[in-house]
Amino acid sequence: MGTIRTIRTIISGLSLVLLPFTARAEWTVNLSPGVTEVSRSVYDLHMTIFWICVAIGCVVFGVMFWSIFHHRKSKGAKAHHFHEHTLVEIAWTLVPLGILVAMAVPATATLVKMYDPSEADLDIQITGYQWKWRYTYLDKDLDFFSNLATPREQIGNEEAKGDNYLLEVDRHLVLPTDTKIRLLLTANDVIHSWWVPALAVKKDAIPGFINEAWTRIDEPGIYRGQCAELCGQDHGFMPIVVEAVPPEQFQQWLAQVKAEKQAEAAAAEKSWTLDELMTQGEQVYLRACAACHQPTGTGVPPAFPALKGSPVALGDVGAHIDIVLNGRPGTAMQAFRDQLSATELAAVITYERNAWGNSTGEAVAPSQITRILEGNAETAGEGAQ
Amino acid sequence: MSTLDTAVPGLHEEHHGPAKGLGRWLFTTNHKDIGTLYLWFSLLMFLTGGVMALLIRSELFQPGLQLVEPGFFNQLTTMHGLIMVFGAVMPAFVGLANWMVPLMIGAPDMALPRMNNWSFWILPFAFAILISTLFMDGGAPNFGWTFYAPLSTTYAPPSVTYFIFSIHIMGASSIMGAINIIATILNMRAPGMTMMKLPLFVWTWLITAFLLIAVMPVLAGVVTMMLMDIHFGTSFFNAAGGGDPVLFQHVFWFFGHPEVYIMILPAFGIVSQIIPTFSRKKLFGYASMVYATASIAVLSFLVWAHHMFTVGLPLAGELFFMFATMLIAVPTGVKVFNWVATMYRGSLTFETPMLFAVAFVVLFTIGGFSGLMLAIAPVDFQYHDTYFVVAHFHYVLVPGAIFSIMAGVYYWLPKWTGHMLDERMGKLHFWLSFIGVNITFFPMHFLGLAGMPRRIPDYALQFADFNMIASIGAFIFGFSQLLFVWNVIQNIRSREAATARVWEGAQGLEWEVPSPAPYHTHTTPPKVE
Repeated sequence: MGTIRTIRTIISGLSLVLLPFTARAEWTVNLSPGVTEVSRSVYDLHMTIFWICVAIGCVVFGVMFWSIFHHRKSKGAKAHHFHEHTLVEIAWTLVPLGILVAMAVPATATLVKMYDPSEADLDIQITGYQWKWRYTYLDKDLDFFSNLATPREQIGNEEAKGDNYLLEVDRHLVLPTDTKIRLLLTANDVIHSWWVPALAVKKDAIPGFINEAWTRIDEPGIYRGQCAELCGQDHGFMPIVVEAVPPEQFQQWLAQVKAEKQAEAAAAEKSWTLDELMTQGEQVYLRACAACHQPTGTGVPPAFPALKGSPVALGDVGAHIDIVLNGRPGTAMQAFRDQLSATELAAVITYERNAWGNSTGEAVAPSQITRILEGNAETAGEGAQ
Repeated sequence: MSTLDTAVPGLHEEHHGPAKGLGRWLFTTNHKDIGTLYLWFSLLMFLTGGVMALLIRSELFQPGLQLVEPGFFNQLTTMHGLIMVFGAVMPAFVGLANWMVPLMIGAPDMALPRMNNWSFWILPFAFAILISTLFMDGGAPNFGWTFYAPLSTTYAPPSVTYFIFSIHIMGASSIMGAINIIATILNMRAPGMTMMKLPLFVWTWLITAFLLIAVMPVLAGVVTMMLMDIHFGTSFFNAAGGGDPVLFQHVFWFFGHPEVYIMILPAFGIVSQIIPTFSRKKLFGYASMVYATASIAVLSFLVWAHHMFTVGLPLAGELFFMFATMLIAVPTGVKVFNWVATMYRGSLTFETPMLFAVAFVVLFTIGGFSGLMLAIAPVDFQYHDTYFVVAHFHYVLVPGAIFSIMAGVYYWLPKWTGHMLDERMGKLHFWLSFIGVNITFFPMHFLGLAGMPRRIPDYALQFADFNMIASIGAFIFGFSQLLFVWNVIQNIRSREAATARVWEGAQGLEWEVPSPAPYHTHTTPPKVE
């Protein structure tokens, strides 16, 4: 590691001279050992193979540079005439083969460990959406979306960037430590890939199929990751944040989330003024809609139509609600019925009908959305696709 | 010169020179003209793809979005990849093959000269179509050069159909080029030029051509399946209709992995010509070089799923593809050892082609090491789709394939133009490229290990420093390629005449004909003893 540290010192020294304003960022040049047994053995394997490569490189480049310095014509070197040597050639075929076998043994062991099929204590379904993650705690009646929380002003360089720029979300995936957790991965639209380096888990989330991975986190903490498979425009803007807490605290968190959910359902039944809906609607819009339809409502036609002055936002409320709730199949417009609460849905639809000069003056009541959602839930069983 | 001219057999039979004007280039069936066309075309594409790379690196110079929208960023990475792979590297190798294979085997021309013209002239149309998609409604393809379904089918911009059409044309061009090269090598060798006397560049191209014929139809198949899914209601890659998005990746990489070797085997050939010349010593282990190339080609069909370790393969699948991939290190190692053994106890000089060839061996080997690391499935879970992969494949493609092409151009340019290179400018180009390429791509290893995914237009703050360094390197590398263009043009205009042999240690039939090589060469087959 000495050499790496030296190189690091040299490079950071250079950057201090050349690029003073970047000096505050940390210099990470290697994998992190992570916080699971698997991630540590992956790290060890990575280092073993790295050092084997370094050793081979030293020998090969050593001989080469020896020739470059000593067998120059300018130094009077005369060319020898050998051009084959069966024994040497067999040796440098068999020796690398032996080294490869030596590498394959620990690699196979680690891989087998990763494919451990034993039962897990907690099952989480992870669904990739363009461009957010949905976490479903199976058998726990808990299901939520996790969106990028970095403000657009930071991305657009209008505000100073925060410490966890692009690696922060509105809702963490909270997981208990010391518990075997099975992750079931799938996607709603295109292929995504769920990756948290500290857990050494990277698995593709493929629409129509379910992939499986597992982890057992040793240390409480916050672990950040990103989508690792190109999934469209905002592929770089769908981070993952895992918050590992001790098992007791996890139970408390579950109870707390359930209480909040009930409070929210109650809030949907109270009556909301247009102003209240507009204020909340703007926040929801910027979080859930602005990536495509743009903060100004002008969209990016033809893929993402404008809402400003659009027939949908100015026309029949029922049709507008239907599109937001159920999406438009075959386009990028998703179904938001499961992504947002009734209050949020009502607020954002109200906002779309009254912002950017769309002055319909109409407010959609959260209770109205609740009833539509309940009505659909009853008929959903019969109208299976 | 005049003494040389008369010394060349067959020169007196030359009954016509090239036609005049544009018609010469449009209707030519001459392998040298077509080689030249391929090389200029590839240079144009290299500069086009390079401009895109510089736009990408400018956006990534600092965190935050500055220059381009994320959607356009994806179009840039996609077009950069497609143009560099299909427009720059592959046509450059075909151009070198057109020029050099007939000269090296003692043939008067390619076996199928009219098809040769056709296989070049459809290429500009393919790329005109591809590049025109940038100006279409909804933009150019934005799904990466690997175009994974369903991002490239259900969720693709309308221009995807033009993309499919242009891929079909490129495929047809490559297949025709490959057939021509095989037919030439197998049928048109001079008497006495047995297979095991073929120069290594010819051998590697023969094997590459078989790879092309085997896998370009697979690429055509996969884009046709996309076309059917998009326009004709099939569901090859759509799970909702009973298909499977992962099927796309299997078919694509069954093409894609041999494609990787299509872009590196001719490079091995070029380097195997250059290192012996400037070591003044025969290539070490000729036979083992041929067998190693053939084994790499065979193995290339058995390793495709190492690009897909994270799609959820069963354990047995992961193990098979991991072991098969690791095995490729053996023949590749043999090649590197042979090059080093060729230099060992030689009488070395370091003219520009040799500098590029030596840099190739060192930097390609570094790319090989990261490739070996990527082959190890459990750690690949950490590297996959990060900048570590970007570093890896740029090390094998830029200081790998591209450096070998530049080495080849500097090596054979005096034979083509009849003029010697300005060594001082050649060396300046080399050193700027060498430094630039390493400043660009070496820090990407660190970025990937630190956790930066590839194909993102903006990144977290801990990646800022290395990204800035990589961008600076990219500008050094990018702008130093203008020196390459300048060197080539200066060489054409230069007056410093080259000898037939050009380089002191050069061996082979291409050095027996005068410089510049006459329009028709080897009209009477030379004798090879």
